[in-house]
Amino acid sequence: MKRIIIIAALLLSGVIMFAQTGAPFIHDPSSIVECDGKYYTFGTGSGGLISEDGWSWHSGAVRPGGGAAPDAIKIGDRYLVIYGTTGGGMGGGHASKIMTMWNKTLDPESPDFGYSDPVLVLESLVDEDFNAIDPGVLMGPDGRLWLTAGTYFGHIRQVEIDPKTGFRVEGNEAIDVGRNMEASTMMYRDGWYYLLGTHGTCCDGVNATYNIVVGRSRNPQGPFIDNVGRSMIEGGGKSVITSERRLIGPGHFGRFVEEEGVEKMSFHWEADMDQSGRSVLGIRPLIWKDGWPEAGEALKEGTYEIKSVRSGYALELEVDFVRAQGAQGGMGRGAGNQQPVVSIEEQKLEDVIDTWPKGVIGARNGYYMGRPWQRWSIIPVPEAGGYLGGPYYKIVIAGTNRALAANEKAEVDTVPEFTGAPEQLWRIDQLTDGTYRIMPKSIPGHDEPYALVSLGDCSPTLAPFDFSSDNSKWEFKGFAPLK
Amino acid sequence: MKILNRILLAALLVTAFAVTGSAQKKGKIDVGEALKGYFTPVTTPSASPDAKGFIRRWMILEPISKPNSTNRVFTDTYTRENLSVEYFPGQFTVIPKDGDKVKVTMEYQPPVNLTSNRPAQPQGEQPKFVKATLTWHALDSDHFFVKLFRFATGLDKDRYGVIFWTVTVINCEEDIPNVRLAVGSNKAARWWVNGEELLLLAGDRHMGVDSAVSDRITLKKGKNVLRGVTMNGPGMSEFCARFIDDHGNPVRNYTITCN
Repeated sequence: MKRIIIIAALLLSGVIMFAQTGAPFIHDPSSIVECDGKYYTFGTGSGGLISEDGWSWHSGAVRPGGGAAPDAIKIGDRYLVIYGTTGGGMGGGHASKIMTMWNKTLDPESPDFGYSDPVLVLESLVDEDFNAIDPGVLMGPDGRLWLTAGTYFGHIRQVEIDPKTGFRVEGNEAIDVGRNMEASTMMYRDGWYYLLGTHGTCCDGVNATYNIVVGRSRNPQGPFIDNVGRSMIEGGGKSVITSERRLIGPGHFGRFVEEEGVEKMSFHWEADMDQSGRSVLGIRPLIWKDGWPEAGEALKEGTYEIKSVRSGYALELEVDFVRAQGAQGGMGRGAGNQQPVVSIEEQKLEDVIDTWPKGVIGARNGYYMGRPWQRWSIIPVPEAGGYLGGPYYKIVIAGTNRALAANEKAEVDTVPEFTGAPEQLWRIDQLTDGTYRIMPKSIPGHDEPYALVSLGDCSPTLAPFDFSSDNSKWEFKGFAPLK
Repeated sequence: MKILNRILLAALLVTAFAVTGSAQKKGKIDVGEALKGYFTPVTTPSASPDAKGFIRRWMILEPISKPNSTNRVFTDTYTRENLSVEYFPGQFTVIPKDGDKVKVTMEYQPPVNLTSNRPAQPQGEQPKFVKATLTWHALDSDHFFVKLFRFATGLDKDRYGVIFWTVTVINCEEDIPNVRLAVGSNKAARWWVNGEELLLLAGDRHMGVDSAVSDRITLKKGKNVLRGVTMNGPGMSEFCARFIDDHGNPVRNYTITCN
């Protein structure tokens, strides 16, 4: 009940909560791993979170060993879970061990669930320039498995793990690849290896200055260089995400690739000010600009032009174009242009709505003119659930309840009233290039995971998503609601 | 509205002219020569879609005069109503043969004034109507697009403020499901396959490949009749049409005939 009140208050205040829903309370989350249709992440301590849809999370994941800041990866048909045996610390000793263990499933209810005995792969002594906690792993494109670990106490150290056994590769020598950061991990994309870490202060609630940074290299062993030429071992790092107004201290990066062009990054917010300042799981779109990763954003509630990247045309109702009233402006000359310059009113909903049919109206793309039949209010529907990193939305003509909907022909049109039916709910994912994919929650009579696609300039339809084609991509251009 | 149009038409019908629109009486036109560079008269039994799937073989009816001094008028409602007016019997069903003729009653417009930078249009006058005999032509377009404007000018017909009816037959060896009709059109148009309306194209639009795409249909085994009607005001009428799949790839496994 309290949560409903909080959500209602946020909606009324115009501030939309974009942390995950449910009970997403976790610190130092591992990368998110999918297992048998559910999502899992493990945190400091002994447990972790489970989600059936990627949006609503609850505790329930099981990991023995305690310690801090685990990571997890699926290799073949098994899951490798990696953790540090202590919580580190700046003021005491720093002896710790990085352990790996296997499981056939992450579902604790499965009869196949059961961890193998943990194996030591890296350790730190009481007093050396390294602290063996916060492990992160990457399976490179060549099948080599890299592990990094470390904190502010000295270096970030890298070793190679045998992906068949989970043991350290025989004869492998640890190397130092970074310094003075936490939560290191690596990723690979387009010939680049990326080393990520978290700078700033951990574990200080709303005052934690945690933020995520990155450097890159053509070589998996570095040196990893940031955007201004500093090595990560020199303390460099390009920003990936920092604190926001009411979400504080992002740290512990993890990458989740859903499919080509659809990637998510997981992390924790040290403090969510709308959830008692507790540490919560964060999931954001992962976007790429000039070969550098950045955090994207789930779409905020607002009124938008929905613009097809294919043509620049805007999604609109299939209704007559109604000419706007007012001066035509002329071409800059003539007696009429000697009058004082004035502001001309925009066409309003009430100027045109009576010309629209009352029932189902088709949807198409047209030249954007800022007209009422092209203004869409996009509003999260919290009770409808969500997907990895976002809630389902309703998309309605601003000022009305006329809702965009998938129909039984796997086409798209609008219905006069939003009812909450699944075909009227939309998943909106920011893509790796910063544009968006729009997908109905379901299509009546169809199982295909179709997206909103402009097969023609003027013709939105529901068809397979193809990241390589601008037909599948949309942009949202916001504007202030009319008075 | 259709009834209203007919009443208006009957009331304003003037003495029949033995000319077609503004065309001057001439000897028999060598169609191949007149349309050179844009169209070639059909000489083969069937054709295939081109490499990108565009349909180039068409039966095209000489233009019906419907003067419009501006393209602002082409709203959805205007387009549907005006392209629903029946000018000749079987307009929505006929599969014509080369040389077939139809008799129409259409709005008169004066000959185009090519020294003016805008088409001459009667201002503030009640429309006048004329009777005309129009001919269907079996043509292969020399391009992926069908340049209706040059079809009209080549045959010395009205070029602005006109309506063009076009028909072709798609022959399939088996059912082809989940295809979409994709049309680019300058200007307003309606398109049907086997009598089912698939597209209404309104607005002051230009011709772009795949500008408008229909819902999924099945091209059935055997003959499928593809019919379009294009209306323009002061502009260069043309269209392009093809069938595409759900990925936007052209569908080409059929042949095209005129009947």
